[in-house]
Amino acid sequence: MGIVTFTTVVTLLALSVSLAITVALAVPFVWLTVVSSAWLGRVERSRAAALLGVEVASPHAPLPDGMGWLRRLQRRATAASTWREIGYHALLLPVGTVTFSLAVAAVSVPVLMLLLPVLQPFAPRDDLGTLPLGLAVALAGALVLALLTPVIVGHLARFDAWLVRSMLGPAKGAELTARVEQVERSRTALVDAVDAERRRIERDLHDGAQQRLVAVAMDLGMAKAKLDEQSGVTPEVRALVESAHNEARRAITELRDVARGVHPAILEDRGLDAALSSLAARCPVPVRIDVDLPERPPRAAEAVAYYVVAEALTNVAKHAQATQVTVRVSGRAGRLGIEVTDDGRGGAVVGAPGGLGGGLAGLRDRVASVDGWFQVLSPVGGPTTILVELPCAS
Amino acid sequence: MRVVIAEDAVLLRAGLVRLLADAGAEVVAAVGDAELLLDAVRRHRPDVCIVDVRMPPTHTDEGIRAALVIRSELPDVGVLVLSQYVEERYAGDLLAAGSSGIGYLLKDRVADVAEFVDAVQRVASGGAALDPEVVMQIMVRSRRRDPVAALTAREREVLALMAEGRSNTAIARALMIGEGSVEKHVNSIFVKLGLEPDAGDNRRVLAVLRYLRT
Repeated sequence: MGIVTFTTVVTLLALSVSLAITVALAVPFVWLTVVSSAWLGRVERSRAAALLGVEVASPHAPLPDGMGWLRRLQRRATAASTWREIGYHALLLPVGTVTFSLAVAAVSVPVLMLLLPVLQPFAPRDDLGTLPLGLAVALAGALVLALLTPVIVGHLARFDAWLVRSMLGPAKGAELTARVEQVERSRTALVDAVDAERRRIERDLHDGAQQRLVAVAMDLGMAKAKLDEQSGVTPEVRALVESAHNEARRAITELRDVARGVHPAILEDRGLDAALSSLAARCPVPVRIDVDLPERPPRAAEAVAYYVVAEALTNVAKHAQATQVTVRVSGRAGRLGIEVTDDGRGGAVVGAPGGLGGGLAGLRDRVASVDGWFQVLSPVGGPTTILVELPCAS
Repeated sequence: MRVVIAEDAVLLRAGLVRLLADAGAEVVAAVGDAELLLDAVRRHRPDVCIVDVRMPPTHTDEGIRAALVIRSELPDVGVLVLSQYVEERYAGDLLAAGSSGIGYLLKDRVADVAEFVDAVQRVASGGAALDPEVVMQIMVRSRRRDPVAALTAREREVLALMAEGRSNTAIARALMIGEGSVEKHVNSIFVKLGLEPDAGDNRRVLAVLRYLRT
């Protein structure tokens, strides 16, 4: 095998290098080198898997889509993984020869020694000592070597596997980095997908159910007014219509709150400043808002900031018994900082999702999903401060 | 009362036409975008027009821009803007040209039929009708926190209702107190905030809002 790989690779490499002066001519040979090296690498890896039981993954990093073939060639040709592969193929000849020889020897020598007594009559007349002693030595030697054979062959096989793994497999650090990058990519895709889904839900709610509910409420309101004008209407009928009207109005308000919770349209259209104002206006505790954003942050960061403040204000209204809340938002050098402080009784706890302090836990996870930093300072007796920092490279 | 309606959501538009017709108004035109609105208003010169903030083609702020055009060209036409959410800055833009004949309400308020009709009539006769939420937002953002803090809780309630454009009678009804009490509160507010008391509802809305927004 070493002969094949060695010849192929070294020849092609030599040709590529010598033709490098004329770039145009060299290119097809470089391509040939890279491709055949990769193919041979695959063959070697399959061999290792089949004969040595060692699974090795391809070391070559996946190339992004939409690259011209010349750029792909350039990337592959200059990658460390390709050069390690070529190195392996070149080494395979000398190393392969040695290991092959050793393996053959390890097997054949004991066999020969075992057969020595049988072959002895056919050997040339040498001084091998007296027959019984010679036989004993030969047998003993054969036994020892036979015991060593599997050990030697095993070591050779392990060495072979190690060579394949280190030169044809992915570099340790590179493998981990590639994995982390893949995870990050899929997480970003997930966060974006969730945001898109929420936007769609809000739009559907607005265009569909919310509109219809308003139409129902309008009809009921008009019916109530007409009933008022007519005499001879039983009070029960009027009461029923009025009750229906009130329920419809309450449903409209609730649905609107749900829609806002899913995705606040004002955030999308008018930005963080306006959206926070509307949150503050709805909070029963007086809120002071301080926004310092020289430019509009990216959507994902804006959304997280909005939800942080929304959740924080909800908590303050429900638990804190505070008289004043201050919200500060500032954007500096690719980072968005949010600070919500209330003068309430403190003792807030970031608990498990769904339980006490679940809202804050949900916030913490949401902040983490965009690589942000989240901290709650809430000594018993107050005050409570929620601090969040989000990266917003655009 | 002659009304022009500009609303692109078909269901809501039909509902508004019916609601206003029921209340005795004459709906002279019901259109679905800003261009047609301006045409209709120029042609019919209604008492009031009801305008959705977002309309085709871009669904951002066509309504507001058309409303401002109408305010400057035809100041006698009242403009009532309906929005999915209230934004303090739109209110500011609308109020910049004066507070007579201007309204800014959440679409949901349409469901409070009697109140909505009242708001439309108020705007048609030159008064003001601001959504409680936008008033809250303005008050939240008010930098003049301390004098407002000097008001009693009841006075703050009256202040908010005044800013919405309600008359003393309406305030009395909403808070379930006598009109005389309302008048006393109003005077006290004006004194505490250092504003000139004025008999006209419109001017006082403007005064209050201007005060809060500086």
